[in-house]
Amino acid sequence: MQTSYRRNSELSLLLLALVIGSGSLALVEAARDLRRVELVVPFMAILVVAYLVAHIVVRRTAREADALILPLAAILNALGLAAIYRLAPRGFGPVQVTWTAVGAAAFIITLLVVRDYKILARYKYILGFAGVALLLLPLSPMGQEVFGARLWVNVGAFSFQPGELAKIALVLFFAAYLAERKELLALATRRIAGIHVPDLKHFGPLLVMWGLSLAVMFYEKDLGSSLLFFSIFLVMLYVATARFVYMAFGGLLFIVGAYIGYQVFPHVQVRVQVWLDAFNPDLIEGPSFQLAQSLFALSTGGLFGTGLGQGRPDLIPAAHTDFIFSVVGEELGLLGTAAVVLCFMLLVTRGLHIAMNGRSDFGILLAGGLITILGVQTFIILAGATRLLPLTGITLPFMSYGGSSLLSNFILIALLIRISHQDTAEPAPADTAEILIGGRG
Amino acid sequence: MQTQLRKVGWGLLVAFLAVFAQLNYVQIFAAESIASNPANIRSLLREYSIKRGDILTFDFVTVAESVATNDRLKFLRRYPERDLYGHITGYYSLVFGADRIERTFNEQLLGESGVISMQDIQDRFLGSGERGDDVRLTIDSRLQTAARDALGGNRGAIVALDPQTGAVRAMWSNPSFDPNPISSHRPARIREAWDQLNAQTPNPLQNLAATRGFPPGSTFKVVTAAAALESGRFNPQSTFDDPVSFTPPQTSSSISNFSGGTCAGGGQITLADALRVSCNTTFAQLGLEVSQEMVGVTRGMGFNDRIPFDVQTEASTFDRADENNLPRRSLAGIGQGDVVTTPLQMALVAASIANGGETPRPRLVEEVIDAAGGIVARPAEETLGTAMSESTARTLTELMVAVVESGTGANAQIPGVEIAGKTGTAQSVEGASPHAWFIAFAPAQNPRIAVAVFVQNGGSFGAEATGGTVAAPMAQQIIETDRQVREW
Repeated sequence: MQTSYRRNSELSLLLLALVIGSGSLALVEAARDLRRVELVVPFMAILVVAYLVAHIVVRRTAREADALILPLAAILNALGLAAIYRLAPRGFGPVQVTWTAVGAAAFIITLLVVRDYKILARYKYILGFAGVALLLLPLSPMGQEVFGARLWVNVGAFSFQPGELAKIALVLFFAAYLAERKELLALATRRIAGIHVPDLKHFGPLLVMWGLSLAVMFYEKDLGSSLLFFSIFLVMLYVATARFVYMAFGGLLFIVGAYIGYQVFPHVQVRVQVWLDAFNPDLIEGPSFQLAQSLFALSTGGLFGTGLGQGRPDLIPAAHTDFIFSVVGEELGLLGTAAVVLCFMLLVTRGLHIAMNGRSDFGILLAGGLITILGVQTFIILAGATRLLPLTGITLPFMSYGGSSLLSNFILIALLIRISHQDTAEPAPADTAEILIGGRG
Repeated sequence: MQTQLRKVGWGLLVAFLAVFAQLNYVQIFAAESIASNPANIRSLLREYSIKRGDILTFDFVTVAESVATNDRLKFLRRYPERDLYGHITGYYSLVFGADRIERTFNEQLLGESGVISMQDIQDRFLGSGERGDDVRLTIDSRLQTAARDALGGNRGAIVALDPQTGAVRAMWSNPSFDPNPISSHRPARIREAWDQLNAQTPNPLQNLAATRGFPPGSTFKVVTAAAALESGRFNPQSTFDDPVSFTPPQTSSSISNFSGGTCAGGGQITLADALRVSCNTTFAQLGLEVSQEMVGVTRGMGFNDRIPFDVQTEASTFDRADENNLPRRSLAGIGQGDVVTTPLQMALVAASIANGGETPRPRLVEEVIDAAGGIVARPAEETLGTAMSESTARTLTELMVAVVESGTGANAQIPGVEIAGKTGTAQSVEGASPHAWFIAFAPAQNPRIAVAVFVQNGGSFGAEATGGTVAAPMAQQIIETDRQVREW
């Protein structure tokens, strides 16, 4: 088998990513104080060790997996870490590098525990309930409102965003559910205006998801997540059934929901107003301040950027979460932002490649769903930070500050790598898989 | 399902390409217009992260310095002498920008004057932070303080300069302002201080010394006298009628003498005596006779143009546009009518005579010094023009010495020092008290200091004020201080 070839590619790309990442950290600290560059050495060490250990585990347990996923995650993670360290070297920096280690551990544990991803399909209802529960957890008394959105849950001294983990649980549920029911859901019993339309009762799950995403929007006031959950479900439904009518109907439902949200919530109206008129002097010191600062950072960066540690991205409020991309834009310029966008595009491409080479419906839908979360989430926040679309605050995968986000994205790529390995390595496609799906094995 | 996945892939590709297109727009095509938005404070922060150079007096008293702070703007501008140098240093404000020396020498103070020293290279490599160059003024703190003390609570201005070099040794305008609140880091406080200053009349932000003109009154007679001597048709012994009043052609309103009577008991009066006792009727006649020559003299002194200076100036005017208006020409001979001058301009009138007819360009900056003490720049000594011949200047000096020795300027006398001077008591508007003026230079034979003192509406002396009683003693204090400081 050609194992060593793939894993050696992964290792060399990973080393390249880690060299760039470590170099970025060193540059950032050098810009602060040239005589104290050694302060970043522990950060580099944690980063390098975390990814090398992750690589060794992949080498041992997923030899045939895609070689690009881990290096791409590493370069994005390292660049994000450098940007966060640059913003708050004594505050967010150490926390983020700690979460990187924790995330890598979660990655390893996922790979070690989930030796056969198809087994996960057995737990689809548990995962589904867990997903919904996690999603709605912030509404419980443990929830906490931050920046107007109720996304956080406090557990002792810790606070986390359960929505990040909920995404993965829900995608697992959707994949298993749709793999089981896809023929049924795709069955078109009627034709309306020349279009095959499935039986009305099959629109039930769609409406349930719509209700759930509306709940997220109305009660947690989180447009970004609401859009994300619903669009993932739509995409997966479409992939499973090939019925574009679900997509169209779902899109219509979402527009209705968004319109209601716009009418009901003043803060949604403000978001739209800010998007349309970001540089209005009446808004610029108030509601559009953050977006304007993001655009100032990007425009100041120009083509080449100011150089790492040489700009003033700290002027952007919450730069380390929603606007980490603008930090890169100011200090590395269009070359840096284009590189980041390319990395995400490559990651999405590899994810879709894994899905398309899947040997089971569950595997295809799971990989497709997982990579769609990552792609759509990336698009929503990048479009917001660059004023392509109204801003909705969600994290940029692997780059933004935040433990919940890093942890769930590490689990996400671990699952992708597992699927990739399993569906490449397994010689015979159909036999075992069909039995296992739906927990009938 | 592969087909659908491929379509999803295309969808995401289009979405990411849209982001990339938007990035090109924001970071390249519209970058300049976005970044230049005033709400983008990056260039401001950059400027405030540089330790701006100090502004020092000639005798190395710090009058503006940058001190490190803990807030986002790393350095705070401080003016330890508060309002004493407000009109010279100006302010360095977040909201209102920089003004006066802070503005004129902004590049040097920021260390961006283009001269790269070893210190700059060292700063860059050791990361010890950028530091601007210091600006050393020509102002002497002792003269500046003397000017403030001399003027006291009176509204007005005093300008003193070295007539040979143009170095301004004192420039005080009362009221003045404290630049500290306007240069603070709190916009609300800055605006409050600004509004407070602008609500006052007169506005303390206005530099009376250089940006506002007043009728110069009899001090302007030295210009008339210079023109008369330059014409070649008159000499100090030329005689004039000595009437109680003089009525120019084309009008019935007459010009009378300050005393209300004649200047020399009737009969005849010499030009020398007319200047010594400040005889209006003589100079009103001369105003008609030498109007043409006065154009050349005033031009050579810098009238009718903004004087090139390190802080803002307004032009003093000697307007001869309406040549055929004889009453106006006559009034101009005694520094009334259309003639309007700034105290700075009157100091230059004195300096021009002191300097043999060559008017020095006034300047406030002696040199620009880098952190290591090296001289980065030294503004050149220049002249504004030639107002009169050297012999005219010499003759006029003798006449002005007589003004102080035995004329209206006696209050400026300093034992052992020959001082040349001229008083002025200028009518401003109907009903208001006259402005008291005095211009002088000393020592008469080798002038080191030229002074103009202006007391608006006579200050606390009100209607009783004259140039001789109010302004001359003030000029005397300045001259005496300079004599002690420079030991001449």
